[in-house]
Amino acid sequence: MSLTLETNLEDPDAIYEKLIAMLESHEPEKALRASARLVLLLINHIGDRKVIDEAIERAALLTEA
Amino acid sequence: MNVETGKAAWRETIPVWRAFEPSPKPETEFEQARVVIVGTGPVGLAMAIDLGQRGHEVIVLGRFDFVPAGSKAICFSKRSLDILDRLGCGEQAVEKGVSWNIGKVFWKDRSDPVYKFDLLPVKNQKMPGFINIQQYHMEDILLDRLKQLPNVQIRWGHEVTALDTSEESAIMSVDCADGAYRIETEWLIACDGNKSSVRDLMGLDFEGRIFEDNFLIADVKMKEDRPSERWFWFDPPFNPGQSVLLHKQPDDVWRIDFQLGWNIDREACIKPENVNPLVRAMLGDDVEFEEEWYSVYTFQCRRMQHFWHGRVIFAGDSAHLVSPFGARGCNGGFADIDNLGWKLDLVLEGKAPFDILESYDSEAIVTADENILNSTRSTDFLTPKSDISRAFRDAVLDLAEDHPFARALVNSGRLSTAISYPDSSLSTADADVWSGGIAPGSPALDAPLDNGWLLEKLGGRFVLLTTTPFADLPSGLDVLDIAQEPANGLLRERYDLQGGGAYLIRPDQYVAARFRQPTGAAIADALARAMGEQA
Repeated sequence: MSLTLETNLEDPDAIYEKLIAMLESHEPEKALRASARLVLLLINHIGDRKVIDEAIERAALLTEA
Repeated sequence: MNVETGKAAWRETIPVWRAFEPSPKPETEFEQARVVIVGTGPVGLAMAIDLGQRGHEVIVLGRFDFVPAGSKAICFSKRSLDILDRLGCGEQAVEKGVSWNIGKVFWKDRSDPVYKFDLLPVKNQKMPGFINIQQYHMEDILLDRLKQLPNVQIRWGHEVTALDTSEESAIMSVDCADGAYRIETEWLIACDGNKSSVRDLMGLDFEGRIFEDNFLIADVKMKEDRPSERWFWFDPPFNPGQSVLLHKQPDDVWRIDFQLGWNIDREACIKPENVNPLVRAMLGDDVEFEEEWYSVYTFQCRRMQHFWHGRVIFAGDSAHLVSPFGARGCNGGFADIDNLGWKLDLVLEGKAPFDILESYDSEAIVTADENILNSTRSTDFLTPKSDISRAFRDAVLDLAEDHPFARALVNSGRLSTAISYPDSSLSTADADVWSGGIAPGSPALDAPLDNGWLLEKLGGRFVLLTTTPFADLPSGLDVLDIAQEPANGLLRERYDLQGGGAYLIRPDQYVAARFRQPTGAAIADALARAMGEQA
């Protein structure tokens, strides 16, 4: 399996809203930790090493643009 | 040397556990030797036992004339105990040491651990997962064993001051209390530690990372009824924002490692008036304790590019350094000498080409790299180097209590286990299908037999472990016929031998090859490869 790049979400706006609301409910430095928890939960759920590696590499590439 | 007192400066700064008479200068000014080991630490002494019990004349040079006290290695792994048992002193170490298998990780002021591990997941083995024992006790045990080997000569207070190497030999100048002399040796094994003078004299160095965090080791004496387990705290109330590690040692001595952070006054932080309150806060007001030894350290995760340099071979801390979290320092050194001993024995006996030492270099580097990798990862988890790294570390700990997956990410040190060499040039790849068992390049797993243990019977030579006896074996290969062992069920299970077959096991108890349908020719071929003959 490879990383899904096409949309895979039924209601993207609602999910995005919930994500931001969760992060904004924390103080800025706590928000970093909350987003770390979220990343870890999702990474474990995905589990597939190849997909995770690809996502990490893709995220790294984009920050350089 | 201080000319006036005749005493070296280190006598003033290094605490002495056991002092010896300085050994006299040998009668010849220019001595000839086959093997000289430099270093009287645990790695040098274990190397001397290994070669000594194989019958070689060995000279061991130690620049100290004492066994040092102070806070040094304490945790010895199952694999090290298996090696020590082969060297004839494993039982003494277990008897003196504190055996433990369980590690617990705590966070903040929570009384329940967020993570727990068992270092001996496969039970029914002779040796425990780990023992804790002060390095000076370990050295005493090794020295006791050496008393039975008159062919090993230890020279206390003999320091190598110059070294000249050629293709045929290494010639060293040695200083001792009664003057200087020279030794020409076929082989020089440098087990002289982190600050190896042999490495310096050869102009060689380490490559890798140095960490700047500081740790205080408080070895304290107290009567406490805690269990024999490794306890680790992240951010406990008694050392806020930092970590703490607790280990039990023999003689009611406990080791406490306090992480201190980056900018500290190294002299001030080991003064009792500064250490005692830290210990007191941790133990509570009602526990009596006294100082055994307080010291502070930083650490490095580095190694030499190669450990084999012609007539000079490096083993232990002289070749590689790791952080102490994971107990991979001295255990890594024992792995080195275990790997080197039988190979150098074959070379000394003219039974293997020099090139077999290339496999020491590559296998010991596999071990060192795995130790450095694990130790570097632990260090980055223990002492995050950035805000984002700390946020993720704390996120792991946030999740660990209620989310089993996160416990696997908690890294308080991955403790030393035996390391496999999957790509070893000495191994013969599997030609048959195996479900489990022990793959070539991996260490033999112990199993109980009716009378003793498998690893005891493997000893320190090539052995064919087989379910059926058969003729036309290579000469000199010892056979362990499983059918002659009544209680062999666990052995057959652990080696996937219920259907029959054979394992060729190296003198360091690593699997060299295995066969479902062994033939004399296939075994002879695998044995030749394991002895360094190139195909």
